[in-house]
Amino acid sequence: MTDTISPSEKFIAPKPTSFVTDVASVVARELRPTLRDPFSLIFSLVQPLFFLGLFGPLLVATTDAPVEATLQWFVPGILVMVALFGTGSTGSNLLDDIMVGSHERTLVAPLSRSALLIGRALKEVVPLMAQGLIVVLVAVPFGFTISIPGLIVGLIILALFGIGFGALSYSLALAVEGREWMFWLVHQTVLFPLLILSGMLLPIDDGPGWMKVAAAINPIGYVLEAERALFAGDLASPAVLGGLVAASVITIVGLVIGTRGMRRAR
Amino acid sequence: MSYIESKVGLMSTETMITARGLRKTFPAKGGPVEAVRGVDLDVEAGELVAFLGPNGAGKSTTLRMLTTLLPPSAGEAEVAGHSIAREPGEVRRRIGYIGQRSSASNSQRVRDELRSQGAFYGLGRRETRDRIDELLESLELVAVATRQVQSLSGGQRRRLDIALGLIHAPALLFLDEPSTGLDPHSRANLWQHILELRDRTGTTIFLTTHYLDEADQLAERVMVMDHGEIIADGTATALKRGLAGDTVTLGFETGEDARAAAVQIGGEASGQAVTFASDAGEHAVPQLLRQLDSAGLRAESAEYRRPTLDDVFLSLTGRSLREEGAAHGTIPDAAERPAVPTA
Repeated sequence: MTDTISPSEKFIAPKPTSFVTDVASVVARELRPTLRDPFSLIFSLVQPLFFLGLFGPLLVATTDAPVEATLQWFVPGILVMVALFGTGSTGSNLLDDIMVGSHERTLVAPLSRSALLIGRALKEVVPLMAQGLIVVLVAVPFGFTISIPGLIVGLIILALFGIGFGALSYSLALAVEGREWMFWLVHQTVLFPLLILSGMLLPIDDGPGWMKVAAAINPIGYVLEAERALFAGDLASPAVLGGLVAASVITIVGLVIGTRGMRRAR
Repeated sequence: MSYIESKVGLMSTETMITARGLRKTFPAKGGPVEAVRGVDLDVEAGELVAFLGPNGAGKSTTLRMLTTLLPPSAGEAEVAGHSIAREPGEVRRRIGYIGQRSSASNSQRVRDELRSQGAFYGLGRRETRDRIDELLESLELVAVATRQVQSLSGGQRRRLDIALGLIHAPALLFLDEPSTGLDPHSRANLWQHILELRDRTGTTIFLTTHYLDEADQLAERVMVMDHGEIIADGTATALKRGLAGDTVTLGFETGEDARAAAVQIGGEASGQAVTFASDAGEHAVPQLLRQLDSAGLRAESAEYRRPTLDDVFLSLTGRSLREEGAAHGTIPDAAERPAVPTA
């Protein structure tokens, strides 16, 4: 041992990786199971498609509105529902990794903690876009019309929302410390009020006053209104801006909380 | 050669792990639990060290501090040349870690998980591929490379954990209870892989175990841990010699002969046998037999028993490691000891 060798050179180590590389590595890892088995995407589509197929006709029957108009109102809601269900439960994958032990392995790897969270959240975009397109395409033969620029902007807002909501789901997985029942309890408790108070299934305008107040502070309602405006081709609607802001807020809040949770992970 | 002597011989090598005063206290109901209470240790490059102790002795907690998973409550450590507190990233790049539980995610395929691991450590695409092929081959996982992790057997899963821990060919490998839950065949197979790796690459290996035979057969140096402290440190042979000594048992035709022999050699007679404590049984037996021969006494049988690491643990703590808990009632000393904290 000579004194001229600095400690860092004594043991060979792989080259340091950048934050962007770390995020890309995590995204790649998280996407592989889906790419290997794309049919798993259908799983989280089952519930929303049932709503479309079974609740949709009831909606048409009770409102006396034409099918096309009802679909134009209802399908954006189904898209938001897909995002809620799909990304809301994604934390269970992390929870499984935490309980199995593979999460611990990634904590010992030279990856930045925030990359572990952000990579997982960004990955949500891919299944969400695929699912969103499936829902839209399923609805088209029944008279649902799409404006292409509206679709593109609509999917961008949906993606932003999915990243944020996914990050919140991961935050929950980190917070429950291995108690799976707690994860699902919070998940169910939060999901349905958010869903109903967004005006996804029935308009909130006809609800009692307290409900309107609750709906006004539900960011998902703004995302939904933006989607409705966009699919109607109304790109200049103020609702679009509202949805963009709401989705961005959810993304920022989700990533901040999630990254803090991941930094504390042991 | 004792551990101290062998260490002098290795003075020219580099220190892989240095820890001073490592402590970990966990908050708990009924007051904080001191899981690790001031651990000092030095491990040189190339050593194969085992932390031996009962469950809850603080082995895993110490390992988790050394691998940057847990911040210590007090004390400091340098691992692979870097401080665990100030440069955890540098430490992580240089070490491999195989945790107590599974390292691979259930939903992933074997090869995919290895690819991700390569990317996590910044290996190039080709480098990763070559490395994966090599590891799958040497760990006998080629046949399951495209299988989903959840379909693997316990032994296959453990070998995959090792492959994941070795993807970047670290100079220092930590293994936490590597063979827990494996059947005897898979365990033997795992040990063989660990020893092969050691022989081939000279990797420094630091493992924890509560299996006596694992520490005895696998490790060159054993650190016995109990109640959050290292209570003994040396080669298994040196520990056994220093603390317990061998027991020589000679059998005689009659009790009378046995008693006469006991007087002659200074042992203890019971029935037709004499037991005799010795530092080195293999040297004592022929010497005793010659001594008895010249006194006109004929031993019918001779055997000596090497103490096990369990005897070492017993003489250090008053408890048996083999039957943790069961020994509490039979050893008077054990009743006075505090309960083993679980951590």
